[in-house]
Amino acid sequence: MNLEYSAEYEDFRAQVRRFLAEQWSAGDAARQPDPDGMAAFAGAVPTDERATAFRLKAIERGYLYRHVPRRYGGGEQPPDPLKATLIAEEFRRARAPHEMVGQGPSMLVPTLLEHGTEAQKERFIPGTLLGKIRWCQGYSEPGAGSDLASLRTRAVLEGDAWVVSGQKIWTSSARESDWMFALVRTEPDRPKHDGISYLLIDMRTPGIEVRPLRQMTGDADFNEVFLDQVRVPAENLVGKRGQGWVVSRSTLKHERALIGGSHLTRRTFDGLVMLARALEVRGRPAIQDPVVRSRLVELEARLFANEYQGYRLLTLSARGEEPGLAALVMKLASTTLGYDIAKLAMEVIGDRALLAPGEPNAPAMGLFGTAYMWSLGVLIAGGTANIQRNIIAERGLGLPRDSRK
Amino acid sequence: MDFGLSPDQVLLKQAIRRWLETECPTTRVRAIMESDGGHDPRLWEGLAELGVPGLQVPAAHGGSGLELLDVALAAEELGWCCTPGPFLACALATAALVASGNAEAGARWLPAIARGRAIVTFALGEEGDEWDAARLATRARGGALSGRKPLVPYAAIADAILVAAEDGDGPGLWLVEGGARGLGVTPLKGTDMTRRVAAVELEATPGTKIAAGRAAIDRARDAGLVLLAADAYGGARRCLDMTVKYALTREQFGEPIGTFQAVKHQLADLAADLDPALSLWWYAAHAYDHIPERAERHAAIAKAHLTDLYDRAARVATELHGGIGFTWEYDLHLWFRRAVFDRAFLGEATYHRLRAAELAGW
Repeated sequence: MNLEYSAEYEDFRAQVRRFLAEQWSAGDAARQPDPDGMAAFAGAVPTDERATAFRLKAIERGYLYRHVPRRYGGGEQPPDPLKATLIAEEFRRARAPHEMVGQGPSMLVPTLLEHGTEAQKERFIPGTLLGKIRWCQGYSEPGAGSDLASLRTRAVLEGDAWVVSGQKIWTSSARESDWMFALVRTEPDRPKHDGISYLLIDMRTPGIEVRPLRQMTGDADFNEVFLDQVRVPAENLVGKRGQGWVVSRSTLKHERALIGGSHLTRRTFDGLVMLARALEVRGRPAIQDPVVRSRLVELEARLFANEYQGYRLLTLSARGEEPGLAALVMKLASTTLGYDIAKLAMEVIGDRALLAPGEPNAPAMGLFGTAYMWSLGVLIAGGTANIQRNIIAERGLGLPRDSRK
Repeated sequence: MDFGLSPDQVLLKQAIRRWLETECPTTRVRAIMESDGGHDPRLWEGLAELGVPGLQVPAAHGGSGLELLDVALAAEELGWCCTPGPFLACALATAALVASGNAEAGARWLPAIARGRAIVTFALGEEGDEWDAARLATRARGGALSGRKPLVPYAAIADAILVAAEDGDGPGLWLVEGGARGLGVTPLKGTDMTRRVAAVELEATPGTKIAAGRAAIDRARDAGLVLLAADAYGGARRCLDMTVKYALTREQFGEPIGTFQAVKHQLADLAADLDPALSLWWYAAHAYDHIPERAERHAAIAKAHLTDLYDRAARVATELHGGIGFTWEYDLHLWFRRAVFDRAFLGEATYHRLRAAELAGW
């Protein structure tokens, strides 16, 4: 066990730092959102010309999109999770534009790399990597949430086009997106997983209507997408017809920067400690209350555990070992922790939790109230806590699948 | 950057596990548990041949000179197998002897501990759940100790006891030899019968001061906290594994009970808390030797968190086993009781959480 990086990696870190010092000034950094701030949490990533020019240089040096071949606009480097982590750490420190976040780079690009045609890769990947083509995901439907494979949006081949009708829901950034990658039912006679295909849909096609979906926080970060006789060129099918379920399971297999998953949780926790120091409860700072102190340490224990689990996953990945249970538990462990941190914050705030965000006297501008609601949002999004429990029990512990069909 | 075990560490774990599974199945655990002293010298000799009591003994004194992480990996395996005996007592005493820097005491006792020839234990806690070296009532005057240590592991078979006490200069550590004048040791019936405790009375008992100040005491306590966390992880993991196995074979309503989501979800929740907690005690053990500024706080946090989880694992396991889990005949209660020891010894979870809050400057 050794938490220092070897000389080879420290040299590499120095190279990355030199590159950042030459190509990305303090002035540039000052204009960027805090990498751990709310804007970054909401996915705000700079795509202006300065950021794009910088990203292109960073790709050229092999610092970004290391798993994507050069011919599709990537950095093309041998997998090395330690280097990927160092790059992420240094870019974060310099507040320099890193890889684009969002479902295009994280979900569509790996899918196209594995299943796309040459033409699809050349057409879509380079623009997606630079944020020039923005994507939304068309998976969930009103009747197909956890049971995604029961989705009913239909696509019928008419000549050289698929004609798509149906409804998608929980579509983040649908209003800002240029394209949607969607799962649609093309073989209504086949058993449910076998009848699904993966289609790329231009959001400007006639017949698409996007309606903002207002969530419990009062904001509208999601949308409903209605598709009525939307014509999609047949060449926009990814993978084989009826193979969409398998196609959609592609993930980034090559490497991932594995430290950093707990950054936002750490920030929320530190914010909670600041809040407990600043807020008076019945005549003394909340942090002097032994119950609050004990519970803060309880939460920090779980936070440390998740942070060091990040080191462990990174090490397993660097050694080429399968993480198994260690990786499967992380979504549940981190989202339940986020929820419990927000919950303690609400208790520390006490009766002032009655004040909504924006009310001038609300502690921390009411951000913890919003965080409390969002902590439930992330517990549900991308596979609810109970679905995670099924995955952990079945794939991690080897318990039998239940009688789901 | 490598936050994982070395090949040697993996081999160490495997060697201990394999040996214990052969030599100390639960039938032998029960036999030792039901014996008078709760100690089987032959088992201890075997562990000494494997090098277990000498892991943290410096090479100059005939040990392996390894780090706390290596000792903790052994503790994890002993926790998994529910191994009875004075491992923890000797590990605490070894940490205290090493931290005391006292050459004479080290030369006299460390080689014997490493070879399994001497049982040495550590007496810190006092009446009223007191585990703080700054608040001890045991007094030393002119080389004689007076006071009472109500819960000392394996004091009844100890060749020497390291006693935390106070003299005119404040806290310090004294070595009292077994059979010394005025030393009274009363074996007690313990909840966990795999780690025996005894009450120690000191009435003007002669002792040798081996360390001044509280540093050596705190250092031994921190080692103990990490080792309890590791034992707790091993035990909790065993409870989880046993219950998964049971859920795969026990059928009700015509299906293995592991098919039911109520069962799956309880086990998944436990796994989701337990698996990352491994990284927490690994880090705490690593910090003990390599990150001094984080060692004390992480030891406290790891002990509180892991022993809490162990308690929960033992409860969930018993509950999911149903009636059979509540019987004496079934082995689960061995771990259930061991969880009680890990939680209570050296101070409860909340006590260490409040210490950790203090150490953070909150």
